[in-house]
Amino acid sequence: MNTELKRQIMLDNYSNPFHKETKDKDYIKTNANNISCIDDINLFLKIENDIIIDAYFDGEACAISTSSTSIMLKNIINKNINDVKEYINNFENMIYEKEYNKDILKEALVYDEIYKQENRKTCATLPYEALKKAIAKN
Amino acid sequence: MYREDFPMFKQDYIYLDNGATTFKPQIVIDAITDYYCNYSANAHRGDYSISYKVDLEYEGARKKVAEFINADINEVVFNSGSTEGLNTIVSGFFDNLVDPGDEIIISKSEHASNVLPWFRLANKHNLKIVYVPLDANLHITLEGIKSVITSNTKVIALAETTNVVGDIRPIKAICEYAHKNNIFVVVDGAQSTPHKETDVKDSDVDFLVFSGHKMCGPTGIGVLYGKKELLEELDPLILGGGMNESFDSEKEIYLKDIPQRLEAGTPNIAGAIGLGAAIDYLQNIGMDNISIYEQKLKNYLVSKLLEIEHIKIINEEAGSGIVAFNIEGIFSQDVAYYLNKYNVCVRAGNHCAKILKSVTGVKNTVRVSLYFYNTYEEIDSLIELLMDKEKILKEMI
Ligand SMILES: Cc1ncc(COP(=O)(O)O)c(C=O)c1O
Repeated sequence: MNTELKRQIMLDNYSNPFHKETKDKDYIKTNANNISCIDDINLFLKIENDIIIDAYFDGEACAISTSSTSIMLKNIINKNINDVKEYINNFENMIYEKEYNKDILKEALVYDEIYKQENRKTCATLPYEALKKAIAKN
Repeated sequence: MYREDFPMFKQDYIYLDNGATTFKPQIVIDAITDYYCNYSANAHRGDYSISYKVDLEYEGARKKVAEFINADINEVVFNSGSTEGLNTIVSGFFDNLVDPGDEIIISKSEHASNVLPWFRLANKHNLKIVYVPLDANLHITLEGIKSVITSNTKVIALAETTNVVGDIRPIKAICEYAHKNNIFVVVDGAQSTPHKETDVKDSDVDFLVFSGHKMCGPTGIGVLYGKKELLEELDPLILGGGMNESFDSEKEIYLKDIPQRLEAGTPNIAGAIGLGAAIDYLQNIGMDNISIYEQKLKNYLVSKLLEIEHIKIINEEAGSGIVAFNIEGIFSQDVAYYLNKYNVCVRAGNHCAKILKSVTGVKNTVRVSLYFYNTYEEIDSLIELLMDKEKILKEMI
């Protein structure tokens, strides 16, 4: 994927995010924010029989965090918790420049060069923090 | 002008986050280094000559601060900064003074440091927090203050200059009116003392706090000013060495006089000396020159921003060098990240004024905060970068 295409995918997910909607108490709600920036994202998950059957988010965040959340949601819906854990691991390995399996990351591969911008790694991983909290809560 | 005095300008930064902290001139760094290299002893231990020199310099710094704000020397307490100062005032003075039902007036554009200590006090003693109404420009007027004063009002606590809206409050008039009604006035000078003349006798404030690092001084040093008779009543929150006269095994404690009573433990000696040097530096330029120049620069920035269609300024009318704005459809932090690629430092966020959004409906902004060392050329570079929205969208990620 070239840089221009990656940028376009991020911008598309930022301008028209997938499943950006506040959900009610039927969902597990978790929040992620980080001290060095003002991103503030709520994640809403519905998990049944160890499968994430539905997922939404709301909040205010930068282009990287918002797009990363949007892409993450597309990648986890209808997935088994164990597969999701595997997906999270792979995503984090990519961000932290370790070995990872490209095939399961799909659109999330657009962040494979984010390590070049030290201060934006936490933007890309922010929704994954909320996701990990939600899985732990389940 | 002045830029050659600052080592940070050897690097190619356009630094527009002076509300957060300021760069330090070499003479401040030298003063601190001189202490650590040439007379690195403790204070108040004048048994040998280098320690005596510490006392001279430390108390000399206090004198500089006192002259800078037109206070008496024993009305100046060194601490770690505005935040500590406000907490000391709330917990050491007002905690002993308030009764259930008393009212505390603050505003929705205060910094967290001038909100949270009051919230805790209010929760503890069942007090009421009252917000001064903000006018259409988000400014405070004496009329607005009058409209919320009641017979239960105990204290008005306001920043002289706010850190998001950048409006300058009519502190002198507020003090005059408040004092006629037996109301105390606490002023957060974090954003005003570095930028304009401060005269506590003229304004008649009861308490004033400010931070050294926002006025070319070091981090970790700040000042609490209080009228002598009020400081006398302020309970030290920290007890220990340096602040007691004597104590005995019967638990009797005799405290030193102010201000030493309020400076327990080894003080931030290097910080105080550095702040003294910073004050010399600012005095040399002249506080009036600083505020006049910043105002001109700010007007220039605003006039340029107004020409850009996709920019919305939140505080066009502010009297200080603070400008908060947003670019339509772009999250403020993305603007800051984009500018950072060009070594332009601005702040994005709510700037610790988290309740302001309930008035403005705007949660986050990009904030430019100027100081006397910023230039028209820097503003031109900033404007150039903000002009092209497509470029921002393209380069922000
Ligand atoms: C208006 C205002 N008050 C208080 C503070 C707190 O200052 P400090 O962090 O130096 O204690 C700040 C700093 O950001 C401020 O802008």
